[in-house]
Amino acid sequence: MTNEDFTFDDLKRILLVSAGFDDSIPLDGSMLDADFAELGYDSVALLETWRRIELERRIAIDDSTAAGARTPRALLAIVNAHLPTVEGSASRGAGSTIAGATS
Amino acid sequence: MTAPAVITGLGVASPNGLGKGAYWAATLGCQSGIGRITRFDPARYPARLAGEIDDFQAEEHLPPRLLPQTDRMTRLALVATDWALEDAGITPGSLPEFDMGVITASSSGGFEFGQRELQKLWSQGGQHVSAYQSFAWFYAVNSGQISIRNGMKGPSSVLVSDQAGGLDALAQARRQIRKGTPLIVSGSIDASICTWGWVAQITSGRLSTHLDPARAYLPFDRGAAGHVPGEGGAILVVEDEAAARRRNATVYGSIAGYGATFDPKPGRARAPGLRKAMELSLADARLDPGAIDVVFADAAAIPELDRIEAEAIGQVFGPRGVPVTAPKTMTGRLYSGAAPLDVAAALLSMRDGVIPPTANVVALADYGLDLVTAQPRRAPVRAAMILARGYGGFNSALVVRAPN
Repeated sequence: MTNEDFTFDDLKRILLVSAGFDDSIPLDGSMLDADFAELGYDSVALLETWRRIELERRIAIDDSTAAGARTPRALLAIVNAHLPTVEGSASRGAGSTIAGATS
Repeated sequence: MTAPAVITGLGVASPNGLGKGAYWAATLGCQSGIGRITRFDPARYPARLAGEIDDFQAEEHLPPRLLPQTDRMTRLALVATDWALEDAGITPGSLPEFDMGVITASSSGGFEFGQRELQKLWSQGGQHVSAYQSFAWFYAVNSGQISIRNGMKGPSSVLVSDQAGGLDALAQARRQIRKGTPLIVSGSIDASICTWGWVAQITSGRLSTHLDPARAYLPFDRGAAGHVPGEGGAILVVEDEAAARRRNATVYGSIAGYGATFDPKPGRARAPGLRKAMELSLADARLDPGAIDVVFADAAAIPELDRIEAEAIGQVFGPRGVPVTAPKTMTGRLYSGAAPLDVAAALLSMRDGVIPPTANVVALADYGLDLVTAQPRRAPVRAAMILARGYGGFNSALVVRAPN
């Protein structure tokens, strides 16, 4: 699964275990462009979310890039841009090295 | 003295009763919450009994958002705070946020959470450690989480002096009320019944290794041989008396006096500090010893510490001069949570005119104590003294008085 796209459903699943949801927030596409702060996720909740994404997808994203993602849509774009390709080409550098270590 | 501090809400989480009513009924009924540890297999450890809270399901009380970031002691404290505020008739959102502070105590922090994350650190690597480890195991985390959940931005802190901290926190709450904050959420909840917490507690050399729950924790008894640890405590709503009266709150009682001392270094000729702390609390309350209707003992169950406490009580009140009780014989020692729970019991004693019993104990005659044992004793209670000693030489005494 390492090389599959990181989807909105994946993000929701990880947010649930890393920070939970508020009952008042609809878990649909309407939250894609909401600011994380509006959704109730503080900096530690986002740090925990990024940590779990990095572990699950075996990627490494530097803190300043991660901090730039203010919305779920922006987060998805950053994660998917960091995923190694299926071919695992050498140009992907460290990302494919880590991914290549998975079974 | 300006702005007397009164207690208007009680939130209790005790091994022998979850919630104020359940705790008080069990305590008057001499029902113990001490048993063999279930949270982990204690077979490899010399001490195997604890006072565990076995009917608490955090997800029934707290939103999912809080579960990934909280240790057990924090979950208990948040729920006990909800109950205390409800008991006081306080809706936090309806009050100015800087008019409410949070001052709790702690003795170990979030050990269970910390143990899990440190195990991940050493077995899987730093990437596997939860970001919430950054605060979830701190001493101050309960004060912080209570503050955030209830929008309380007034003076907030944590007191760390082992078992004495539970009284030191209430004294600090009174100070902040005198300085002008109308409401402080105070008291304490401790919980560290996990293998890491357990080995840390064993190093004190004060844990009972008895296997019979009815014989394991016997303060002031011939069989005293250490204590049984427990988890829980009480969260109390402390208010400026005038503010409480203005909103027609039900007042349980007031924080009338407080004294704290340190013991001398071992080997010094100077006397232990407990007696002085008691005398300071009486002077602060402007009460004679004869005005105290009951003493809630620290009840270490280490023979030397029992003797020191019995002698101090005898010196201040005279031989068999005051009823003494230790309902913590039914919960185990709750560390910083113990004294706030005793304060809650003292206030309920005042309300109901009854002194709760000390379970399982037959007091050594040498101690000269009027220990209330086996069953509750009917008696009017207008003022009570609560004692708490912390490992390392902390002594604290608090006097509470019934409402006028």
